[in-house]
Amino acid sequence: MEKIVRIESPTLVLPQDDIDTDQIMPARYLTTTTKEGLGDAIFADWRYDADGRPIPDFPLNQPGAKDCKILVTGNNFGCGSSREHAPWGLVDFGFRAVISTQIADIFRNNALKNGLVPVVVDSETHAWLLANPGARLAVDVEQRRLELPDGRSVPFPLDGFSRLCLMEGIDQLGYLLKHEDAIRRFEETRPWQP
Amino acid sequence: MSGRTLFDKVWDEHIVVPESEDAPAIFYIDLHLIHEVTTPQAFSLLRERGLEVRRPDLHLATMDHSTPTVPVSSLADLDVVAEPQAAGQIRAMIDNCRDFGIELHGFDSEYRGIVHVIGPELGATQPGKTIVCGDSHSSTHGAFGAIAFGIGSTEVGHVLATQCLLQRKPQRMAVTIDGRLTAGVSAKDVILALIGEIGVDGGTGYAIEYRGSTIRALNMEQRMTICNMTIEAGARIGMIAPDDTTIDYLAGRPRAPQGDAWDAAVARWRALPSDPDAVFDREVSLDVSGLEPMVTFGTNPGMVIPISGRIPDHGDDVSFRKALEYMGLQAGQPMLGTPVDMVFVGSCTNSRMTDLRRVAELLRGRRVADSLSMLIVPGSQSVKHQAEAEGLHEIFIAAGAEWRESGCSMCLGMNGDVVPPGKLCVSTSNRNFEGRQGVGARTVLASPETAVASAIAGRIADPRELLAA
Repeated sequence: MEKIVRIESPTLVLPQDDIDTDQIMPARYLTTTTKEGLGDAIFADWRYDADGRPIPDFPLNQPGAKDCKILVTGNNFGCGSSREHAPWGLVDFGFRAVISTQIADIFRNNALKNGLVPVVVDSETHAWLLANPGARLAVDVEQRRLELPDGRSVPFPLDGFSRLCLMEGIDQLGYLLKHEDAIRRFEETRPWQP
Repeated sequence: MSGRTLFDKVWDEHIVVPESEDAPAIFYIDLHLIHEVTTPQAFSLLRERGLEVRRPDLHLATMDHSTPTVPVSSLADLDVVAEPQAAGQIRAMIDNCRDFGIELHGFDSEYRGIVHVIGPELGATQPGKTIVCGDSHSSTHGAFGAIAFGIGSTEVGHVLATQCLLQRKPQRMAVTIDGRLTAGVSAKDVILALIGEIGVDGGTGYAIEYRGSTIRALNMEQRMTICNMTIEAGARIGMIAPDDTTIDYLAGRPRAPQGDAWDAAVARWRALPSDPDAVFDREVSLDVSGLEPMVTFGTNPGMVIPISGRIPDHGDDVSFRKALEYMGLQAGQPMLGTPVDMVFVGSCTNSRMTDLRRVAELLRGRRVADSLSMLIVPGSQSVKHQAEAEGLHEIFIAAGAEWRESGCSMCLGMNGDVVPPGKLCVSTSNRNFEGRQGVGARTVLASPETAVASAIAGRIADPRELLAA
């Protein structure tokens, strides 16, 4: 996995609250057996018209959208399904961080395994971000802080393990495999067998 | 030291390596359920890295999401009825299960069905187990007093290779539900009311335990409806303590323990309920004695009102306005009487025998309105066969509804069963997100009772009127 220590980028803003994983990645794109090309499918029902043509005023279709690594959304992002296709698509498009006031648990887990930093901020900072699309921010994973252009620096929660995995590009499966002895011991000594 | 909750007891028993500030716990998984949509990338990862499935005996596979609900008796049939990419995904599932030695309930199995319906039916879902699946509605299995939650495909790979996940312990929430449900009101209305109360992110970061007299009075299938939609309130996990109802349901099922092992298991299950002095991080109570049938009006399950109510007005809230615009509805308007184009009875929320018997009872001797179509999709092949043995399918067909093979079907529209753009569907499923049932589809979530009443009336209708008739 790509190492992520610090992300500096203008933001792309989608102000809608409660954006669910069916919006991020509609179910009809889930019949794939790979992770390739899913960036073209994100927000498909908001992004393309009935004939599949890009809708010009949708933020993802505007010039420079592909250069935005930071997605700012309305309140509560990523609720709904466990489809990892959602963060795969966001990362494939070019995003490396998503900022909201709340990020759903399963989406958050999936994002962290794919180099997409979930950033939860207070409502005051959030309101400023919504009002200033395109603002140039820094998401500092090492310091666990969001840096705003006016010099404000806002902390965001990120547990130590997730921080390390992002910064070092650690493969969590490799970490689990190293605990094979402990897993076998657990299986041999547990009081009942499933 | 205060007592432990049901959740604490099951959680603590599955810790391989405890969590610390620097690392999450290594958490053991007793049962991994597999379906065709969220697993191909995980099996590819195993192949790339030359890894085996560590415990093939602790995985159980079926096909449901992109699987056709028209009869498929062979793979040759599949190519005729399924979209090519969906057929490819089903073939990949068959190959992956064969190559890695995992039990698959495919087209030839009488137990095939929606993953959250067959786990309990087979008796594989049991109290005290940890259960995961690459599907957020895995919370369903919590109805048995299991810790069950949805995971992504990367985590599916972790479970296949190591039988473990890296997890941090969530906070605990008690939801106490009391009051006797009146006729025409059911478990679906209870969970919709709760989501309306705490919001679609009210449970984020929590594992919920449902308790109270209303929950105790529900049968296992109704309890599954409650736990199923826990994720729609933002919580990954929703549990109910095992009791006589749970134990009676499991007795004699194919994968339930037998003989002495059964007695030992029952003794273990009896010790699982939360201790009287257990402490929760948050407590919520709901009195459902006056509860009406509930219907959604917007584009998430928290946008819900009693059937006699009117759509609230949130002024110029952009997201709220966008939702109403998508639905073609207006603030202040009642949902009752809104014209309906389609009715869907099915999904892991409401597709079991309790639901189908209720639907048949209300449909018997009546007709679905000519202006709409009604699709009834059983949760599993076992449910289908049982319903047919009871003659329910004859009632459905005589009323003008369509009766299908099992699968997820129109809940998420992956298999070709979709609601056309702009059409309104009253659905017993779990999500009314934009485009969930098809591009531009408008979904109204409701109970099976409300779905039938609406199918007969051709507009959103109160099932209590049907009972009075």
